[in-house]
Amino acid sequence: MSTATATGKIRVLIAKPGLDGHDRGAKVVARALRDGGCEVIYTGIRQTPEMIAEAALQEDVDVVGLSILSGAHLELFPRVVEELKKRGLDDVLLFCGGIIPEEDTEALQKLGFKAIFRPGTNTQDIVKFVYDNVKK
Amino acid sequence: MDELVQRFLAGDRRALARVITRVENRTLEGRDYVRALFPHSGRAHIVGITGGAGSGKSTLTGALATELRRREKTVAIIAVDPSSPFTHGALLGDRIRMQDVTMDPGVYMRSMAGRGALGGLAPAIADVVAVVDAFGFDYVIIETIGAGQDEVEIAGTAMTTVLVNNPGTGDDIQALKAGIIEIADILVVNKADHPGADVLVSQLQALLALSPGDQRRPPILKTIATRGEGLAALADAIDEHRAYLEASGQLAAHRAEDARHQLMAITQQLILEEIRKAAPEVVIATLTERIASRELDPHTAAEELAARVLPRP
Ligand code: B12
Ligand SMILES: Nc1nc2c(ncn2[C@@H]2O[C@H](COP(=O)(O)OP(=O)(O)OP(=O)(O)O)[C@@H](O)[C@H]2O)c(=O)[nH]1
Ligand SMILES: [Mg+2]
Repeated sequence: MSTATATGKIRVLIAKPGLDGHDRGAKVVARALRDGGCEVIYTGIRQTPEMIAEAALQEDVDVVGLSILSGAHLELFPRVVEELKKRGLDDVLLFCGGIIPEEDTEALQKLGFKAIFRPGTNTQDIVKFVYDNVKK
Repeated sequence: MDELVQRFLAGDRRALARVITRVENRTLEGRDYVRALFPHSGRAHIVGITGGAGSGKSTLTGALATELRRREKTVAIIAVDPSSPFTHGALLGDRIRMQDVTMDPGVYMRSMAGRGALGGLAPAIADVVAVVDAFGFDYVIIETIGAGQDEVEIAGTAMTTVLVNNPGTGDDIQALKAGIIEIADILVVNKADHPGADVLVSQLQALLALSPGDQRRPPILKTIATRGEGLAALADAIDEHRAYLEASGQLAAHRAEDARHQLMAITQQLILEEIRKAAPEVVIATLTERIASRELDPHTAAEELAARVLPRP
Protein backbone atom coordinates (compact mmCIF):
# COMPACT_ATOMS: atom_id res chain seq x y z
CA MET A 1 0.00 0.00 0.00
CA SER A 2 1.61 3.19 -1.15
CA THR A 3 0.34 6.68 -0.62
CA ALA A 4 1.60 8.14 -3.87
CA THR A 5 -1.64 8.07 -5.78
CA ALA A 6 -2.41 9.58 -9.14
CA THR A 7 -3.39 12.83 -7.44
CA GLY A 8 -0.72 12.72 -4.78
CA LYS A 9 2.88 13.74 -4.79
CA ILE A 10 5.76 11.42 -4.06
CA ARG A 11 7.00 12.27 -0.55
CA VAL A 12 10.69 11.65 0.09
CA LEU A 13 12.73 11.90 3.28
CA ILE A 14 16.43 12.67 2.78
CA ALA A 15 18.35 12.05 5.99
CA LYS A 16 21.89 12.02 7.27
CA PRO A 17 22.47 9.53 10.07
CA GLY A 18 25.27 9.85 12.60
CA LEU A 19 27.86 12.54 13.13
CA ASP A 20 28.77 12.92 9.46
CA GLY A 21 28.79 16.60 8.53
CA HIS A 22 29.11 16.22 4.75
CA ASP A 23 25.76 17.61 3.68
CA ARG A 24 26.39 18.88 0.15
CA GLY A 25 25.40 15.64 -1.52
CA ALA A 26 22.20 15.30 0.54
CA LYS A 27 21.19 18.86 -0.34
CA VAL A 28 21.98 18.35 -4.03
CA VAL A 29 19.84 15.21 -4.07
CA ALA A 30 17.01 16.91 -2.13
CA ARG A 31 16.97 19.80 -4.60
CA ALA A 32 17.10 17.52 -7.62
CA LEU A 33 14.10 15.56 -6.35
CA ARG A 34 12.20 18.77 -5.65
CA ASP A 35 12.94 19.93 -9.18
CA GLY A 36 11.76 16.53 -10.34
CA GLY A 37 8.37 17.24 -8.75
CA CYS A 38 8.69 15.41 -5.43
CA GLU A 39 7.88 16.79 -2.00
CA VAL A 40 11.14 16.40 -0.14
CA ILE A 41 11.61 16.58 3.61
CA TYR A 42 15.18 17.33 4.55
CA THR A 43 15.97 17.00 8.24
CA GLY A 44 19.58 18.20 8.36
CA ILE A 45 22.65 16.52 9.78
CA ARG A 46 23.22 14.53 12.97
CA GLN A 47 20.13 12.36 12.92
CA THR A 48 19.82 9.28 15.07
CA PRO A 49 18.21 6.17 13.55
CA GLU A 50 15.19 6.81 15.82
CA MET A 51 14.80 10.39 14.56
CA ILE A 52 14.94 9.24 10.94
CA ALA A 53 12.33 6.52 11.45
CA GLU A 54 10.08 8.83 13.46
CA ALA A 55 10.30 11.51 10.75
CA ALA A 56 9.45 8.89 8.10
CA LEU A 57 6.39 7.86 10.10
CA GLN A 58 5.10 11.36 10.90
CA GLU A 59 5.69 12.63 7.38
CA ASP A 60 4.20 9.50 5.79
CA VAL A 61 6.89 9.34 3.14
CA ASP A 62 7.01 6.88 0.26
CA VAL A 63 10.79 6.97 0.05
CA VAL A 64 13.65 7.20 2.55
CA GLY A 65 17.08 8.16 1.19
CA LEU A 66 20.14 8.04 3.44
CA SER A 67 23.27 10.00 2.68
CA ILE A 68 26.58 9.10 4.29
CA LEU A 69 30.22 9.91 3.59
CA SER A 70 31.73 9.06 6.96
CA GLY A 71 32.13 5.33 6.45
CA ALA A 72 29.74 4.39 9.27
CA HIS A 73 26.98 3.02 7.00
CA LEU A 74 27.34 -0.64 8.04
CA GLU A 75 26.95 0.42 11.62
CA LEU A 76 24.12 2.95 11.21
CA PHE A 77 22.00 1.70 8.31
CA PRO A 78 20.94 -1.58 9.99
CA ARG A 79 19.75 0.44 12.97
CA VAL A 80 17.71 2.76 10.74
CA VAL A 81 16.11 -0.26 9.06
CA GLU A 82 15.36 -1.78 12.44
CA GLU A 83 13.70 1.41 13.69
CA LEU A 84 11.63 1.64 10.51
CA LYS A 85 10.47 -1.96 10.95
CA LYS A 86 9.63 -1.34 14.59
CA ARG A 87 7.18 1.30 13.43
CA GLY A 88 5.68 -0.88 10.71
CA LEU A 89 7.31 1.06 7.91
CA ASP A 90 8.57 -1.93 5.96
CA ASP A 91 6.98 -0.83 2.72
CA VAL A 92 8.91 2.40 2.12
CA LEU A 93 11.36 2.50 -0.76
CA LEU A 94 14.89 2.64 0.66
CA PHE A 95 17.97 3.89 -1.14
CA CYS A 96 21.22 5.59 -0.28
CA GLY A 97 24.32 7.37 -1.52
CA GLY A 98 27.71 8.80 -0.62
CA ILE A 99 31.08 7.20 0.00
CA ILE A 100 30.13 3.55 0.07
CA PRO A 101 32.71 0.92 -1.00
CA GLU A 102 31.66 -1.54 -3.71
CA GLU A 103 32.23 -4.47 -1.39
CA ASP A 104 29.42 -3.26 0.91
CA THR A 105 26.83 -3.33 -1.86
CA GLU A 106 25.58 -6.83 -1.12
CA ALA A 107 25.19 -6.23 2.61
CA LEU A 108 23.15 -3.09 1.95
CA GLN A 109 20.99 -4.80 -0.66
CA LYS A 110 20.20 -7.52 1.85
CA LEU A 111 19.12 -4.83 4.28
CA GLY A 112 16.61 -3.63 1.72
CA PHE A 113 18.41 -0.78 -0.04
CA LYS A 114 17.17 -0.83 -3.62
CA ALA A 115 19.97 1.33 -4.99
CA ILE A 116 23.26 2.96 -4.03
CA PHE A 117 24.40 6.17 -5.73
CA ARG A 118 28.07 7.11 -5.48
CA PRO A 119 30.03 10.33 -6.13
CA GLY A 120 29.63 11.65 -9.65
CA THR A 121 26.10 10.34 -10.07
CA ASN A 122 23.91 12.36 -12.42
CA THR A 123 21.02 13.55 -10.29
CA GLN A 124 18.62 12.87 -13.17
CA ASP A 125 19.30 9.18 -12.67
CA ILE A 126 18.30 9.53 -9.03
CA VAL A 127 15.03 11.23 -9.95
CA LYS A 128 14.32 8.59 -12.56
CA PHE A 129 15.02 5.83 -10.07
CA VAL A 130 12.46 7.26 -7.66
CA TYR A 131 9.74 7.59 -10.28
CA ASP A 132 10.43 4.10 -11.62
CA ASN A 133 10.36 2.43 -8.23
CA VAL A 134 7.67 4.07 -6.12
CA LYS A 135 4.65 1.79 -6.16
CA LYS A 136 1.67 3.61 -7.56
CA MET B 1 -11.92 2.59 5.67
CA ASP B 2 -12.79 1.33 8.57
CA GLU B 3 -9.62 -0.22 9.78
CA LEU B 4 -7.55 2.92 9.36
CA VAL B 5 -10.23 5.01 11.08
CA GLN B 6 -10.33 2.55 13.96
CA ARG B 7 -6.58 2.68 14.36
CA PHE B 8 -6.73 6.47 14.15
CA LEU B 9 -9.35 6.67 16.88
CA ALA B 10 -7.30 4.27 18.99
CA GLY B 11 -4.43 6.78 18.87
CA ASP B 12 -2.16 5.12 16.27
CA ARG B 13 0.17 7.85 14.95
CA ARG B 14 0.92 6.00 11.73
CA ALA B 15 -2.80 5.92 10.98
CA LEU B 16 -2.91 9.68 11.62
CA ALA B 17 -0.03 10.24 9.17
CA ARG B 18 -1.69 8.10 6.51
CA VAL B 19 -5.07 9.75 6.87
CA ILE B 20 -3.45 13.19 6.51
CA THR B 21 -1.83 12.14 3.21
CA ARG B 22 -5.17 11.04 1.82
CA VAL B 23 -6.90 14.19 3.01
CA GLU B 24 -4.09 16.34 1.67
CA ASN B 25 -4.38 14.69 -1.73
CA ARG B 26 -8.07 15.68 -1.78
CA THR B 27 -9.26 12.38 -3.12
CA LEU B 28 -12.82 11.09 -2.74
CA GLU B 29 -11.39 8.69 -0.17
CA GLY B 30 -9.87 11.66 1.64
CA ARG B 31 -13.28 13.32 1.85
CA ASP B 32 -14.69 10.18 3.44
CA TYR B 33 -12.00 10.31 6.12
CA VAL B 34 -12.94 13.91 6.89
CA ARG B 35 -16.60 12.84 7.09
CA ALA B 36 -15.73 10.07 9.55
CA LEU B 37 -13.42 12.14 11.74
CA PHE B 38 -14.96 15.62 11.70
CA PRO B 39 -17.40 14.80 14.54
CA HIS B 40 -14.37 14.18 16.78
CA SER B 41 -12.83 17.58 16.06
CA GLY B 42 -13.47 20.96 17.68
CA ARG B 43 -11.54 20.61 20.91
CA ALA B 44 -8.03 21.77 20.04
CA HIS B 45 -6.86 25.36 20.28
CA ILE B 46 -5.57 26.35 16.83
CA VAL B 47 -2.59 28.69 16.84
CA GLY B 48 -1.13 30.30 13.71
CA ILE B 49 2.49 31.43 13.50
CA THR B 50 3.15 33.84 10.67
CA GLY B 51 5.87 36.33 9.76
CA GLY B 52 8.55 36.97 7.19
CA ALA B 53 10.92 34.41 5.70
CA GLY B 54 13.64 33.48 8.18
CA SER B 55 12.04 35.42 11.05
CA GLY B 56 12.29 32.31 13.24
CA LYS B 57 8.80 30.84 12.84
CA SER B 58 9.98 27.22 12.90
CA THR B 59 12.38 27.71 15.79
CA LEU B 60 9.67 29.55 17.72
CA THR B 61 7.12 26.83 16.93
CA GLY B 62 9.49 24.15 18.21
CA ALA B 63 10.24 26.14 21.35
CA LEU B 64 6.54 26.82 21.94
CA ALA B 65 5.81 23.11 21.62
CA THR B 66 8.53 22.43 24.19
CA GLU B 67 6.92 24.92 26.58
CA LEU B 68 3.45 23.44 26.08
CA ARG B 69 4.82 19.95 26.71
CA ARG B 70 6.29 21.24 29.96
CA ARG B 71 2.70 22.08 30.84
CA GLU B 72 1.71 18.53 29.94
CA LYS B 73 -0.26 19.53 26.86
CA THR B 74 -0.08 17.61 23.60
CA VAL B 75 0.81 19.44 20.40
CA ALA B 76 0.46 18.90 16.67
CA ILE B 77 2.52 21.07 14.33
CA ILE B 78 1.70 21.66 10.67
CA ALA B 79 4.43 23.59 8.89
CA VAL B 80 3.74 24.83 5.38
CA ASP B 81 6.50 25.53 2.86
CA PRO B 82 6.03 26.65 -0.76
CA SER B 83 5.67 24.38 -3.77
CA SER B 84 7.51 25.31 -6.95
CA PRO B 85 4.99 26.79 -9.39
CA PHE B 86 6.94 25.19 -12.24
CA THR B 87 7.75 21.65 -11.13
CA HIS B 88 5.17 21.43 -8.31
CA GLY B 89 7.88 19.88 -6.17
CA ALA B 90 8.75 21.23 -2.73
CA LEU B 91 11.65 21.27 -0.31
CA LEU B 92 10.22 21.08 3.18
CA GLY B 93 12.83 22.18 5.69
CA ASP B 94 10.94 23.39 8.76
CA ARG B 95 11.56 20.13 10.60
CA ILE B 96 15.28 20.94 10.84
CA ARG B 97 14.47 23.64 13.43
CA MET B 98 12.19 21.47 15.53
CA GLN B 99 14.49 18.56 16.32
CA ASP B 100 14.10 18.88 20.07
CA VAL B 101 10.42 18.03 20.12
CA THR B 102 9.98 15.63 17.24
CA MET B 103 10.91 12.56 19.29
CA ASP B 104 8.38 13.40 22.00
CA PRO B 105 5.35 11.07 21.83
CA GLY B 106 3.14 14.01 22.83
CA VAL B 107 4.11 15.91 19.68
CA TYR B 108 3.25 15.22 16.05
CA MET B 109 5.00 17.28 13.39
CA ARG B 110 4.00 17.33 9.76
CA SER B 111 5.51 19.26 6.86
CA MET B 112 3.04 20.34 4.21
CA ALA B 113 3.61 21.77 0.75
CA GLY B 114 1.64 24.86 -0.29
CA ARG B 115 0.58 23.17 -3.54
CA GLY B 116 -0.16 26.47 -5.22
CA ALA B 117 -2.59 27.91 -2.67
CA LEU B 118 -2.43 31.66 -2.20
CA GLY B 119 -2.28 33.24 1.23
CA GLY B 120 0.50 31.26 2.89
CA LEU B 121 -1.34 28.03 3.57
CA ALA B 122 -2.21 24.89 1.59
CA PRO B 123 -5.44 23.98 -0.24
CA ALA B 124 -6.34 21.19 2.20
CA ILE B 125 -5.30 23.02 5.37
CA ALA B 126 -8.77 23.21 6.93
CA ASP B 127 -9.38 19.48 6.45
CA VAL B 128 -5.92 18.57 7.73
CA VAL B 129 -6.43 20.74 10.81
CA ALA B 130 -9.80 19.09 11.47
CA VAL B 131 -8.23 15.64 11.23
CA VAL B 132 -5.33 16.51 13.53
CA ASP B 133 -7.79 18.13 15.96
CA ALA B 134 -9.89 14.96 15.89
CA PHE B 135 -6.86 12.93 16.94
CA GLY B 136 -7.09 14.71 20.29
CA PHE B 137 -4.19 17.15 20.50
CA ASP B 138 -4.62 20.04 22.94
CA TYR B 139 -2.95 22.51 20.58
CA VAL B 140 -2.49 22.61 16.82
CA ILE B 141 0.21 25.04 15.69
CA ILE B 142 0.26 26.05 12.03
CA GLU B 143 3.40 27.66 10.60
CA THR B 144 2.62 29.60 7.42
CA ILE B 145 4.88 29.74 4.38
CA GLY B 146 6.20 33.15 5.41
CA ALA B 147 6.29 34.84 2.05
CA GLY B 148 5.04 38.20 3.19
CA GLN B 149 2.22 40.59 3.66
CA ASP B 150 -0.62 38.78 1.96
CA GLU B 151 -0.66 35.87 4.37
CA VAL B 152 -3.91 36.84 6.03
CA GLU B 153 -5.65 33.50 5.43
CA ILE B 154 -4.18 32.15 8.63
CA ALA B 155 -6.44 34.38 10.72
CA GLY B 156 -9.46 32.52 9.36
CA THR B 157 -8.11 29.09 10.25
CA ALA B 158 -6.30 29.88 13.51
CA MET B 159 -8.06 31.09 16.64
CA THR B 160 -4.92 32.85 17.88
CA THR B 161 -2.59 34.36 15.28
CA VAL B 162 0.97 35.16 16.31
CA LEU B 163 2.90 37.56 14.07
CA VAL B 164 6.68 37.21 14.26
CA ASN B 165 8.90 40.27 13.66
CA ASN B 166 12.65 40.80 13.92
CA PRO B 167 14.65 43.80 15.08
CA GLY B 168 16.98 45.59 12.73
CA THR B 169 15.21 44.69 9.52
CA GLY B 170 14.36 48.35 8.97
CA ASP B 171 11.55 48.20 6.49
CA ASP B 172 9.47 46.09 8.85
CA ILE B 173 7.37 48.87 10.28
CA GLN B 174 6.59 50.33 6.91
CA ALA B 175 5.47 46.95 5.64
CA LEU B 176 3.44 46.21 8.75
CA LYS B 177 1.20 49.15 8.04
CA ALA B 178 0.10 47.39 4.90
CA GLY B 179 -2.41 45.36 6.85
CA ILE B 180 -0.98 42.14 8.22
CA ILE B 181 -0.72 43.67 11.68
CA GLU B 182 -4.50 43.71 11.81
CA ILE B 183 -4.66 39.94 11.86
CA ALA B 184 -2.24 39.61 14.78
CA ASP B 185 -3.63 38.62 18.16
CA ILE B 186 -0.13 38.52 19.63
CA LEU B 187 2.97 40.31 18.34
CA VAL B 188 6.33 38.67 18.89
CA VAL B 189 9.69 40.38 18.51
CA ASN B 190 11.89 37.33 17.96
CA LYS B 191 15.69 37.41 17.81
CA ALA B 192 15.55 39.79 20.75
CA ASP B 193 19.25 39.01 21.25
CA HIS B 194 19.88 41.19 18.19
CA PRO B 195 20.28 44.96 18.61
CA GLY B 196 17.19 47.10 18.17
CA ALA B 197 14.65 44.84 19.88
CA ASP B 198 13.44 47.51 22.28
CA VAL B 199 13.23 50.08 19.49
CA LEU B 200 11.03 47.71 17.51
CA VAL B 201 8.83 47.08 20.55
CA SER B 202 8.20 50.80 21.00
CA GLN B 203 7.58 51.25 17.28
CA LEU B 204 5.02 48.47 17.40
CA GLN B 205 3.43 50.03 20.47
CA ALA B 206 3.16 53.35 18.67
CA LEU B 207 1.59 51.64 15.69
CA LEU B 208 -0.96 49.83 17.83
CA ALA B 209 -1.85 53.07 19.59
CA LEU B 210 -3.31 54.26 16.28
CA SER B 211 -6.01 51.57 16.29
CA PRO B 212 -9.47 52.43 17.65
CA GLY B 213 -9.53 52.54 21.44
CA ASP B 214 -12.30 50.01 21.98
CA GLN B 215 -10.30 47.24 20.33
CA ARG B 216 -8.25 44.68 22.17
CA ARG B 217 -4.56 45.66 21.96
CA PRO B 218 -2.41 42.66 21.07
CA PRO B 219 0.39 42.13 23.57
CA ILE B 220 3.96 42.58 22.32
CA LEU B 221 6.41 39.96 23.55
CA LYS B 222 10.17 39.61 23.15
CA THR B 223 11.53 36.12 22.48
CA ILE B 224 14.84 34.44 21.76
CA ALA B 225 13.51 31.27 20.19
CA THR B 226 16.92 29.63 19.85
CA ARG B 227 17.34 29.76 23.64
CA GLY B 228 13.71 29.19 24.56
CA GLU B 229 13.54 32.63 26.20
CA GLY B 230 10.18 34.36 26.44
CA LEU B 231 8.30 31.20 25.55
CA ALA B 232 6.49 30.86 28.88
CA ALA B 233 5.12 34.39 28.39
CA LEU B 234 4.06 33.49 24.84
CA ALA B 235 2.26 30.34 26.01
CA ASP B 236 0.53 32.40 28.73
CA ALA B 237 -0.49 35.03 26.18
CA ILE B 238 -1.98 32.35 23.91
CA ASP B 239 -4.03 30.93 26.79
CA GLU B 240 -5.12 34.41 27.83
CA HIS B 241 -6.24 35.12 24.28
CA ARG B 242 -8.21 31.88 24.23
CA ALA B 243 -9.92 32.88 27.49
CA TYR B 244 -10.68 36.31 26.03
CA LEU B 245 -12.19 34.75 22.89
CA GLU B 246 -14.42 32.53 24.99
CA ALA B 247 -15.52 35.25 27.39
CA SER B 248 -16.28 37.77 24.65
CA GLY B 249 -18.20 35.33 22.49
CA GLN B 250 -15.68 35.77 19.70
CA LEU B 251 -14.67 32.12 19.69
CA ALA B 252 -18.18 31.12 18.66
CA ALA B 253 -18.19 33.88 16.05
CA HIS B 254 -14.82 32.72 14.73
CA ARG B 255 -16.04 29.14 14.47
CA ALA B 256 -19.16 30.25 12.61
CA GLU B 257 -17.15 32.36 10.20
CA ASP B 258 -14.70 29.55 9.53
CA ALA B 259 -17.59 27.12 8.99
CA ARG B 260 -19.19 29.49 6.50
CA HIS B 261 -15.90 29.99 4.71
CA GLN B 262 -15.40 26.23 4.39
CA LEU B 263 -18.96 25.67 3.26
CA MET B 264 -18.64 28.21 0.47
CA ALA B 265 -15.16 27.10 -0.58
CA ILE B 266 -16.07 23.44 -0.81
CA THR B 267 -19.34 24.15 -2.59
CA GLN B 268 -17.46 26.25 -5.13
CA GLN B 269 -15.04 23.36 -5.61
CA LEU B 270 -17.90 20.88 -6.11
CA ILE B 271 -19.58 23.09 -8.71
CA LEU B 272 -16.28 23.46 -10.53
CA GLU B 273 -15.88 19.69 -10.55
CA GLU B 274 -19.40 19.33 -11.98
CA ILE B 275 -18.58 21.81 -14.72
CA ARG B 276 -15.44 19.89 -15.56
CA LYS B 277 -17.49 16.72 -15.82
CA ALA B 278 -20.17 18.39 -17.95
CA ALA B 279 -17.85 20.26 -20.27
CA PRO B 280 -15.32 18.36 -22.38
CA GLU B 281 -11.89 19.95 -22.61
CA VAL B 282 -12.57 21.01 -26.22
CA VAL B 283 -15.45 23.18 -25.06
CA ILE B 284 -13.22 24.92 -22.53
CA ALA B 285 -10.43 25.24 -25.09
CA THR B 286 -12.78 26.73 -27.66
CA LEU B 287 -14.17 29.27 -25.22
CA THR B 288 -10.63 30.12 -24.16
CA GLU B 289 -9.60 30.78 -27.74
CA ARG B 290 -12.66 32.91 -28.40
CA ILE B 291 -11.82 35.08 -25.38
CA ALA B 292 -8.16 35.33 -26.37
CA SER B 293 -9.10 36.39 -29.89
CA ARG B 294 -11.51 38.99 -28.47
CA GLU B 295 -14.44 37.31 -30.19
CA LEU B 296 -16.11 36.75 -26.81
CA ASP B 297 -15.81 38.54 -23.50
CA PRO B 298 -14.86 36.45 -20.44
CA HIS B 299 -18.17 37.05 -18.64
CA THR B 300 -20.33 35.76 -21.47
CA ALA B 301 -17.98 32.82 -21.95
CA ALA B 302 -18.11 31.89 -18.26
CA GLU B 303 -21.91 32.16 -18.26
CA GLU B 304 -22.00 29.80 -21.21
CA LEU B 305 -19.80 27.33 -19.38
CA ALA B 306 -21.69 27.59 -16.10
CA ALA B 307 -25.00 27.13 -17.93
CA ARG B 308 -23.99 23.52 -18.51
CA VAL B 309 -24.71 22.75 -14.89
CA LEU B 310 -26.74 25.72 -13.70
CA PRO B 311 -30.08 26.17 -15.42
CA ARG B 312 -30.35 29.91 -15.92
CA PRO B 313 -33.57 31.65 -14.92
C1 B12 C 1 33.76 18.65 0.59
C2 B12 C 1 34.33 17.64 1.56
C3 B12 C 1 34.39 18.01 2.89
C4 B12 C 1 33.81 19.31 3.42
C5 B12 C 1 32.32 19.09 3.65
C6 B12 C 1 31.45 20.33 3.42
C7 B12 C 1 29.98 19.98 3.52
N1 B12 C 1 29.26 20.79 4.25
O1 B12 C 1 29.49 19.01 2.95
C8 B12 C 1 34.62 19.48 4.73
C9 B12 C 1 35.89 20.27 4.43
C10 B12 C 1 33.89 20.16 5.87
C11 B12 C 1 35.00 18.04 5.02
C12 B12 C 1 35.34 17.60 6.26
C13 B12 C 1 35.77 16.29 6.54
N2 B12 C 1 35.97 15.31 5.64
CO1 B12 C 1 35.48 15.44 3.81
N3 B12 C 1 35.26 15.47 1.94
C14 B12 C 1 34.79 16.37 1.12
C15 B12 C 1 34.93 15.84 -0.32
C16 B12 C 1 36.17 16.46 -0.93
C17 B12 C 1 33.77 16.12 -1.26
C18 B12 C 1 32.37 15.75 -0.72
C19 B12 C 1 31.32 16.51 -1.49
O2 B12 C 1 30.76 17.51 -1.00
N4 B12 C 1 31.01 16.10 -2.72
C20 B12 C 1 30.04 16.73 -3.57
C21 B12 C 1 28.68 16.06 -3.40
C22 B12 C 1 27.65 16.71 -4.31
O3 B12 C 1 28.82 14.70 -3.74
P1 B12 C 1 28.43 13.48 -2.81
O4 B12 C 1 28.25 13.91 -1.40
O5 B12 C 1 29.28 12.35 -3.11
O6 B12 C 1 26.94 13.16 -3.33
C23 B12 C 1 26.70 12.57 -4.60
C24 B12 C 1 26.62 11.06 -4.54
O7 B12 C 1 27.45 10.48 -3.57
C25 B12 C 1 25.18 10.78 -4.31
N5 B12 C 1 24.62 10.83 -2.97
C26 B12 C 1 25.10 11.32 -1.80
N6 B12 C 1 24.20 11.18 -0.82
C27 B12 C 1 23.12 10.61 -1.33
C28 B12 C 1 21.91 10.23 -0.76
C29 B12 C 1 20.94 9.63 -1.54
C30 B12 C 1 19.65 9.24 -0.95
C31 B12 C 1 21.20 9.38 -2.91
C32 B12 C 1 20.18 8.75 -3.73
C33 B12 C 1 22.40 9.76 -3.48
C34 B12 C 1 23.35 10.37 -2.70
O8 B12 C 1 24.56 11.78 -5.08
C35 B12 C 1 25.32 12.99 -5.01
C36 B12 C 1 25.23 13.66 -6.33
O9 B12 C 1 25.98 12.98 -7.29
C37 B12 C 1 35.09 14.32 -0.07
C38 B12 C 1 35.86 13.55 -1.12
C39 B12 C 1 35.02 13.11 -2.26
N7 B12 C 1 35.54 13.19 -3.44
O10 B12 C 1 33.87 12.67 -2.08
C40 B12 C 1 35.77 14.28 1.29
C41 B12 C 1 35.58 13.09 2.19
C42 B12 C 1 34.11 12.64 2.15
N8 B12 C 1 35.90 13.63 3.50
C43 B12 C 1 36.55 12.79 4.26
C44 B12 C 1 36.98 13.07 5.59
C45 B12 C 1 37.84 12.01 6.23
C46 B12 C 1 36.64 14.28 6.22
C47 B12 C 1 37.00 14.68 7.64
C48 B12 C 1 36.87 13.56 8.69
C49 B12 C 1 38.42 15.23 7.58
C50 B12 C 1 39.05 15.54 8.95
N9 B12 C 1 39.93 14.69 9.35
O11 B12 C 1 38.67 16.52 9.57
C51 B12 C 1 36.05 15.86 7.93
C52 B12 C 1 34.77 15.38 8.63
C53 B12 C 1 33.73 16.47 8.76
C54 B12 C 1 32.44 15.97 9.41
N10 B12 C 1 31.94 16.72 10.38
O12 B12 C 1 31.88 14.99 9.06
C55 B12 C 1 36.78 11.47 3.56
C56 B12 C 1 35.86 10.34 4.08
C57 B12 C 1 36.62 9.04 4.16
C58 B12 C 1 35.79 7.82 4.37
N11 B12 C 1 34.47 7.84 4.34
O13 B12 C 1 36.34 6.78 4.53
C59 B12 C 1 36.59 11.87 2.07
C60 B12 C 1 36.05 10.73 1.19
C61 B12 C 1 37.96 12.34 1.54
C62 B12 C 1 38.97 11.22 1.47
N12 B12 C 1 39.18 10.69 0.29
O14 B12 C 1 39.52 10.86 2.45
N13 B12 C 1 34.95 17.28 3.92
N1 LIG D 1 19.97 34.96 17.04
C1 LIG D 1 18.79 34.36 16.90
N2 LIG D 1 18.58 33.58 15.84
C2 LIG D 1 17.38 32.98 15.71
C3 LIG D 1 16.35 33.14 16.66
N3 LIG D 1 15.27 32.42 16.25
C4 LIG D 1 15.63 31.84 15.10
N4 LIG D 1 16.89 32.16 14.75
C5 LIG D 1 17.66 31.72 13.57
O1 LIG D 1 17.06 32.29 12.41
C6 LIG D 1 17.21 31.39 11.31
C7 LIG D 1 15.84 31.13 10.68
O2 LIG D 1 15.05 30.45 11.63
P1 LIG D 1 13.78 29.59 11.20
O3 LIG D 1 13.13 29.12 12.44
O4 LIG D 1 14.14 28.59 10.18
O5 LIG D 1 12.90 30.73 10.52
P2 LIG D 1 11.55 30.57 9.67
O6 LIG D 1 10.79 31.84 9.83
O7 LIG D 1 10.86 29.33 10.06
O8 LIG D 1 12.10 30.44 8.20
P3 LIG D 1 11.31 30.01 6.88
O9 LIG D 1 10.37 28.89 7.26
O10 LIG D 1 12.38 29.59 5.96
O11 LIG D 1 10.58 31.24 6.43
C8 LIG D 1 17.87 30.14 11.85
O12 LIG D 1 19.23 30.22 11.58
C9 LIG D 1 17.60 30.22 13.34
O13 LIG D 1 18.58 29.55 14.11
C10 LIG D 1 16.61 33.99 17.79
O14 LIG D 1 15.77 34.19 18.67
N5 LIG D 1 17.84 34.56 17.86
MG1 LIG E 1 10.22 27.72 8.85
